[in-house]
Amino acid sequence: MRALDRKLLRDLRRLWAQSLAIALVLGCGVMVLVLATATERSLTLTRDTYYDRARFAEVFATATRAPRSLLPEIARIPGVAQVEARVAMDVVLDMPGLARPAQARVLSLPEDGAPVLNRPTLRQGRMPTPGSTDDVAISENFGLANGLHPGDSFSAILNGQKRQLRVTGLMLSPEFIYLIGPGMLMPDDRHYGIIWMNEAPAAAAAGLTGAFDDVSLRLTRGASEPAVIAALDRLLAPYGGTGAHGRDRQVSDMFLRSEMDGLNAMALILPPIFLIVSAFLVNMVLSRLIGLERPIVGLLKAMGYSGREIAWHYLKLSIGIGVLGVLIGWIAGWWLGAGLTRLYTEFYRFPYLIYAPGSTSFAISGLMGMATVVLGALRAVRASARLHPAVAMSPPAPPLFRRGLLDRVAQMLRLRQTTMMILRSITRWPRRAAVTSLGVAAAISVLVACFFTFDSIAAVIDEAFTRTNRQNVTLQLTHDAPTSVIEAAAHLPGVMRVEGAYSLPVRLIHGPQSELTSVEARGADDMLTRVLDASGGAAPLPPEGIVLPESLAAKLDVRAGDSLRMALLVPPRETLEIRVSALMRQSLGETAHLSAPALFRLMRVAPQVNRLNLLVDTPALPALYAAVKDAPAIEGAQFWADIRQKFDETLNRNLTTSVTVYAILGILITVGVIYNAARIQLSERSYELASLRVLGFTRAEVGYVLVGELMLLTLLAIPPGLLGGYAFSALVAQGFTTDIVRIPLVISRRTYALAALIAVAAALAAALMVRRRLDRVSLATALKKRD
Amino acid sequence: MTGKVVFRAEEVTKTYQTGAAPVRALRGVSLELYEGELVVLLGASGSGKSTLLNILGALDSPTSGRVTFREHELTGMDDDALTAFRRDHVGFVFQFYNLVPSLTARENVALVTEIARNPMRPEEALDRVGLGARLDHFPAELSGGEQQRVAIARAIAKRPEVLLCDEPTGALDSQTGVTVLEALYEVNRDLGTVTALITHNAAIRQMAHRVIRVADGRIVAIEENPAPLPPTGIVW
Ligand SMILES: Nc1ncnc2c1ncn2[C@@H]1O[C@H](COP(=O)(O)OP(=O)(O)OP(=O)(O)O)[C@@H](O)[C@H]1O
Ligand SMILES: [Mg+2]
Repeated sequence: MRALDRKLLRDLRRLWAQSLAIALVLGCGVMVLVLATATERSLTLTRDTYYDRARFAEVFATATRAPRSLLPEIARIPGVAQVEARVAMDVVLDMPGLARPAQARVLSLPEDGAPVLNRPTLRQGRMPTPGSTDDVAISENFGLANGLHPGDSFSAILNGQKRQLRVTGLMLSPEFIYLIGPGMLMPDDRHYGIIWMNEAPAAAAAGLTGAFDDVSLRLTRGASEPAVIAALDRLLAPYGGTGAHGRDRQVSDMFLRSEMDGLNAMALILPPIFLIVSAFLVNMVLSRLIGLERPIVGLLKAMGYSGREIAWHYLKLSIGIGVLGVLIGWIAGWWLGAGLTRLYTEFYRFPYLIYAPGSTSFAISGLMGMATVVLGALRAVRASARLHPAVAMSPPAPPLFRRGLLDRVAQMLRLRQTTMMILRSITRWPRRAAVTSLGVAAAISVLVACFFTFDSIAAVIDEAFTRTNRQNVTLQLTHDAPTSVIEAAAHLPGVMRVEGAYSLPVRLIHGPQSELTSVEARGADDMLTRVLDASGGAAPLPPEGIVLPESLAAKLDVRAGDSLRMALLVPPRETLEIRVSALMRQSLGETAHLSAPALFRLMRVAPQVNRLNLLVDTPALPALYAAVKDAPAIEGAQFWADIRQKFDETLNRNLTTSVTVYAILGILITVGVIYNAARIQLSERSYELASLRVLGFTRAEVGYVLVGELMLLTLLAIPPGLLGGYAFSALVAQGFTTDIVRIPLVISRRTYALAALIAVAAALAAALMVRRRLDRVSLATALKKRD
Repeated sequence: MTGKVVFRAEEVTKTYQTGAAPVRALRGVSLELYEGELVVLLGASGSGKSTLLNILGALDSPTSGRVTFREHELTGMDDDALTAFRRDHVGFVFQFYNLVPSLTARENVALVTEIARNPMRPEEALDRVGLGARLDHFPAELSGGEQQRVAIARAIAKRPEVLLCDEPTGALDSQTGVTVLEALYEVNRDLGTVTALITHNAAIRQMAHRVIRVADGRIVAIEENPAPLPPTGIVW
């Protein structure tokens, strides 16, 4: 090995702790990049493969009752490749061992074999026997969660009749990779599932013999989806079509996509901070090293080494750090990526999982990691190449201290000389002080943005569960009903208050923008469900006009006071002109709101309800559950306390892990910055500090000079760190906001405090680690050393 | 002297512009160094000795004037050519030994032999300065004199035609200084390396073929020494 390379290895070994600290920060950036892109790629690949093999449809529509004779016409729509029609309905189940009623969506299977589109995959057992009326296949997780296996039976209310159904198989479907019941926030495998049954019994139960109410299409290559949707809507309109949509509105696909968007956002937002900080650290350490080795640089030049060779020598050192960091990041990213992908299978049901991190994410992250260290090194290395040999070998001029404003202030404050040393050192090397401080600020920002996710979730929960939905049960009715059912419902067990609501699908149109959504009509004096104004306070529903969630208004490009057109997708199927009376804050979903009298006036029908919100006395809930299980008019029910509990459970399960991971990210940056700054301080000022000891200062007093300066820089980092954290959180909120959930930008004081506290504690620990070395410095050697 | 001219400096000046007022370190120096000779440069502090030596060794370039090494004009060469010149022809020894602390004696010498055209083995070079037994010691484990001898070994290992030494004994006591000078003397005698040696110690002039006196950026005198003494015969 060449002598110069040997020097390099020894330098690396001598600087191992500092190099490792930088490599870990760099590794974090690389790790997040690999983790996010590898997981995203694996999920995308798995999803696309699955969609393709299972022939997942591209356009979906429902109707109330469309004749099968319409199917050839649908197939003739230009761009349609395949059509699959079926019967679909929501039912309430009475599961053995479940107090609270479960719900399911019943889907019909063609009599002549497996569906051509959205083909389910059998996981256990077999498909229902053709011609059988009681055979059903159920979604795998529903079966597993309820202990239902092929051969078992359970009962369901199908169109008012309680029926005994026999399970023949457990299945997965591309339509329900993420299976979430209507109105739920989290998958609940025990209480929501899919039931596939033969077409004849399904159609009979739904009163749809010879007809269908659900249709899926696969398009030819290059077909225009909007054109097909429009044509399909025209065909289905007479039969109660409620608006066809593409995969963009398919619930399972939406959730999957939002997950991938989140991963992409993570890959974009988080790594740059780590990379930038490591670049600065490389610069800091290398500048110091080269400064220390000025005479050696001069000597090498005198010997005939060229500037390029010397630059390359120092560049190799930073490359060594880069290689280490990239390797750490790759390994951690690979490993965590596999874990995260596996974790996704807990929420996303694929029949198989392709973990294919792909070489691209490794190549890109590796390149970025190496570019980072090289860029960080460049300034220092270029200076080394330019050093003039004769100048390099003359000892550097002693640092120039100037008396300035600071000194006068300090004198007035009668600061001690050790404190003066701290202040002078900061003003003498402002660049280094700034890098140190900004590095810690970056760590605080990362911490704020990480802990902010908890705040935003808490805000969403607070909004969903305590501000807008104060009922504890919501019942969905199978059919629209007159308002007299509100009276009837009041007699259900334990019910203290009932409010009716009516929800209907609409298409909102403003200029070229058009959005499919639903409108919910409620009484003006409803107290259980409420809408929030833009600042988050409960607001009364205006007597006229439609209230839109801010996100939907943005998509439609309307403001309060503007008019838009609302196409009713249920009878009378008219398109109405309506004014936007207000915008509201809504994190979950994009439902629009309208006062009931205004809606029914517009629709020219008598007031009706299809949903009941109940406030129920908790002890009476079991009795209510039993009533709901047997009530044929109820197609579904949401029990808000259970939803909330499920939500909290899922969050809390990963809470400790998430908090730890987030804290580690912040701690790594802080330690990386402070440890390096402290080591540099120590090497630069060991002479000075040893002199203090010789003069009779105690270890603690000398340590104060070192630790005090770093802690001062850390404290100075808090305000910009918190500010950066706010900006960074805004980015995160934006990056993670999807059609499903809008992330509110609320940061709690606890988050700010925690972020600052962790950074200060980590900085103190790192500084004290280096201070211990100060004790070990022998005074004799320190005083002899020239650097 | 009868040998061929190795270095020729003609009307070399050097002005430093760094401070408030320009410093004229050399004010027109003309000088020739001949094959095989050992010259000693004497002069007061700040007189320009180091500046002159650095310019001869292409560590620095003159403000005006010409420097030639054999037939090659150094002035006007680009940085790459100057680097190559230093690499192939010149060895330096400095007052502060300038060893790389993380490399052993042998490795410090290898630093040079690895890039030289026709080097000795590092062991041979260290043997020559009497350090054959300390090959694997790090600089911190060597005394000042030993460190300086490693630096000399490093300078001669490439078999340079020229050895430029700036106060090589400046940081050493007289006894240690003698062993270092001994090494330089032998290299000059055995290998015929042109050696230029800056010193503040007038006694050392006794080992030189010629003594050049510098004052105020000019050469004020050149004395020939018909009978150079080996360093052991010098007392100071
Ligand atoms: N890089 C520089 N910038 C400005 N002035 C310089 C520089 N190097 C040398 N000088 C000045 O040039 C003059 C000659 O310096 P030089 O180092 O050649 O003296 P010297 O004879 O070697 O002195 P000494 O015996 O003290 O080493 C001095 O006045 C010195 O201050
Ligand atoms: Mg000098």
